[in-house]
Amino acid sequence: MKINVVFTLIFTLALTHSFGQVKKSTKGTFALTNATIETVTKGTVSGTLIISEGKITALGSNVTIPSGANVIDCKGMFIYPGMIDGGTQLGIVEVSSISLTDDSDELGELTPHMEAITAFNTSATAVSVTRVDGITTTLVVPQGGLFPGTASLVNLVGYTPDQIYAGFKGVVLNFPGAGRRGFWDRRTDEELKKEEEKALKQLNDVWTEALYYVQVTDAAAKDPSIKVASNPEMARIAEVIRGKMTLLIETNKSSDIEAAIKWAQDKKVAKVVLTGVAEGWRVADKIAKSGFPVITGPIIALPTRESDNYDKAYANPGIMSKAGVKVAIRTNDQENVRNLPFHAGFAAAYGMSKVDALKSVTIVPAEIFGVADKLGSLEVGKLASIMVTTGDPLEPKTQIKYLFIDGWIVPLDSRHIQLYEEFLNRSPGLKK
Amino acid sequence: MFKILNIFNLLFLVSFAQAQVTKGSLLIKNGTILTVTKGNMENADLLVENGKITKMGKGLVAPAGTQTIDATGKFIMPGIIDAHSHIGIDVLNEASRPSTADVWVGDALDPLDLSVYRALAGGVTASHAMHGSANAVGGECETIKHRYGTLNPEEMRMEGAPRTIKFALGENPMRVHGEGNRIVPATRMGVEQVFRKGFEDAKAYMAAWDLYEKEKVKNPAALKPVYNKRHETMAEILKGNIIIHCHSYRSDEILMLLNVCKDYQIKRLVFQHTNEGFKVAPELAAYGAMASVFADWWAYKFEVYYSTAYNAAILTKNGVVTSINSDSEEYIRHLYHEAAKTQRYGSLSDEEALALITINPAKQLGIDQRVGSLEVGKDADIAIFDGHPLSIYAVPQFTIVDGVVRFNRSKDAADQRLQASATRAETGFFLHKEQHNHDRCLEGAFENTATFFGLERE
Repeated sequence: MKINVVFTLIFTLALTHSFGQVKKSTKGTFALTNATIETVTKGTVSGTLIISEGKITALGSNVTIPSGANVIDCKGMFIYPGMIDGGTQLGIVEVSSISLTDDSDELGELTPHMEAITAFNTSATAVSVTRVDGITTTLVVPQGGLFPGTASLVNLVGYTPDQIYAGFKGVVLNFPGAGRRGFWDRRTDEELKKEEEKALKQLNDVWTEALYYVQVTDAAAKDPSIKVASNPEMARIAEVIRGKMTLLIETNKSSDIEAAIKWAQDKKVAKVVLTGVAEGWRVADKIAKSGFPVITGPIIALPTRESDNYDKAYANPGIMSKAGVKVAIRTNDQENVRNLPFHAGFAAAYGMSKVDALKSVTIVPAEIFGVADKLGSLEVGKLASIMVTTGDPLEPKTQIKYLFIDGWIVPLDSRHIQLYEEFLNRSPGLKK
Repeated sequence: MFKILNIFNLLFLVSFAQAQVTKGSLLIKNGTILTVTKGNMENADLLVENGKITKMGKGLVAPAGTQTIDATGKFIMPGIIDAHSHIGIDVLNEASRPSTADVWVGDALDPLDLSVYRALAGGVTASHAMHGSANAVGGECETIKHRYGTLNPEEMRMEGAPRTIKFALGENPMRVHGEGNRIVPATRMGVEQVFRKGFEDAKAYMAAWDLYEKEKVKNPAALKPVYNKRHETMAEILKGNIIIHCHSYRSDEILMLLNVCKDYQIKRLVFQHTNEGFKVAPELAAYGAMASVFADWWAYKFEVYYSTAYNAAILTKNGVVTSINSDSEEYIRHLYHEAAKTQRYGSLSDEEALALITINPAKQLGIDQRVGSLEVGKDADIAIFDGHPLSIYAVPQFTIVDGVVRFNRSKDAADQRLQASATRAETGFFLHKEQHNHDRCLEGAFENTATFFGLERE
């Protein structure tokens, strides 16, 4: 009983008092009662969900509420797993037009050892702006160059890299391609082809060097007389070659996607995820045949060619999904990662099933990242990354009422909400 | 003889300027009509005759042979209006001087722009094709109807729509002129003085012409003032004949232009973007100034860092006539979804949210007597969705302009380009990454100045 009072006190304080930028997150034992629980993997359950020690410890209609638990009545509300965005620059880009606030793109073509999580600003304004919309976990992806760096999966609560790390890292490869980057890109087809060939040769040269590095370091492990100079670039790619780390291959144009699949198969890369995949719908069967999972997005986007139907970017996830591809959805955004459910919603409006659309931002990315034992659905033993909503989380009208990330109850507070509270009825108003 | 020739020329010009607008008749049966201004009608019909809505109600009958659309289970709403876009024009920035009131995007209409078709596919029937924001005073804009299919630029104009002009505050004119060209304005102080000087010049110009008109009566040889298009346009603003649409972000600069307009008794004023409009909503409402905003764009540059997605809701609840715009050939395709975001951020009602993309932008463009709601007598600009347009799962099925079906989802073919042009010949692959390092408003200004101050162009 005493514990209950203390928890309630902390809980109340956390929700009503502002400490610094946004209110504090707290941990405890919670019973979410009378809810409709959308587990994602095991159907819909009515009843109670218990959170204890940061994990889901029970859920169902016949659940005993532990003594001392904070009881939150969720009558008329729904519980969903927190959403996972499979590709963002959230936290590493603060204001995109101010280059010194952009930590996403290190100089050089070969920088696989650059760690996105190192530059993740856990107090970035956009972090709380994002999570209050139910996005609890994001992949932070460095960009630019052939091997831009290493992406990390993070939970959007905590203040240090250790606290936010969600258990997955992957090396990013921008697969050589010939796409123009915008209306202003005036390179000729010939120039593009030359650049593509040069980039592919560069990639193969790097790979060959990395294979040597693997041989040399293997030998050095057996023979201490062999000295290997520090080579962090090769060391990181070697982890991919050894099958210890996933290769995230960013590729978008249909011919590039095919080339990337062939390349990865030729090189026998053990763990491959295709990312971007804007024209996946053109080669969906080939992707399905490869067995490589896909993280695609943004979905709310223009088609890649003027001669394509206006809705091809919306329809892309559904077409791939129907062809048998494992599809997760990303925003590829920074400050508006909060739109993730709407990208999934558009995928559903234009052909993906609603069930698959919800899975594409929950359990599917969790599986792709190898963290499905912890995230992506509501199951006993998983981390409590949970949102309590007034309805379908993909609908704009739906409100999020409670948020838990990695077991912490996170106050629904952000600068956008604070400005609303301050300015809805401004004081002083028109007259001082 | 000379006179007759002149009259002939004049007649020729008039007939050329007034393009024949294609109008249609049709009957839409048995849908849910969202009028926006006068509530909803269930299982209702809507009759269109010669481009106008002539009847709304149950069991309507049309003359034999009239095209009929079965809207059973569907939602019928006014055609969506975008108060800020740059589609349907070839070029948008004359970024050469801090004031270019003498130019007009209506001279550069492009009926071949595929973006117009794609906007139709999002239920958008009219848009405000704006000059860019490189200059404090940009050029005049053009309100266009999405009559995609015509090859005649004249048919794109919304005949009779009031004149509008683009103004711009803050970073864009400061970057292009102050940082780029080392001329005023390099600060928000300087931007203010561009307007004040422009209006003072216009007043002096009007006075000179008034004086001349009086002098002429007494002295036929009186010297005519030199014609100046820039001053002419600024004078028309002072006379209330042109609506100002001003690119703006910060609350201080919004108040600045409000004060300038107060000083020159200019009433017709719409702020564009207006990211910090929420901070000065009482002042905007009291003045009758309107605001056109993004649903949730922020943080792509410093002057939008202190934004909130609740902006439209705060403005609306404070009595400001507010619209949600796209400023993008991508976003224009889902303004209904952008409007829906105000239900997450500020819990606006369905009617309030739909007004943001229909009757409110119509008011801001001065065309609300013609479009923006479904009412008898209004233009038959209509969007039909398979679900409620504020639902994420709703898909536009038909888009109708002046009673003519310009988009029909069941007949959407892959390639909707009207023809390849010299500048749009490529069918190549473009990956559009919506990274808002700048607004679309600065397009064109970069082509010349990017190299000067290291701006990223993506």
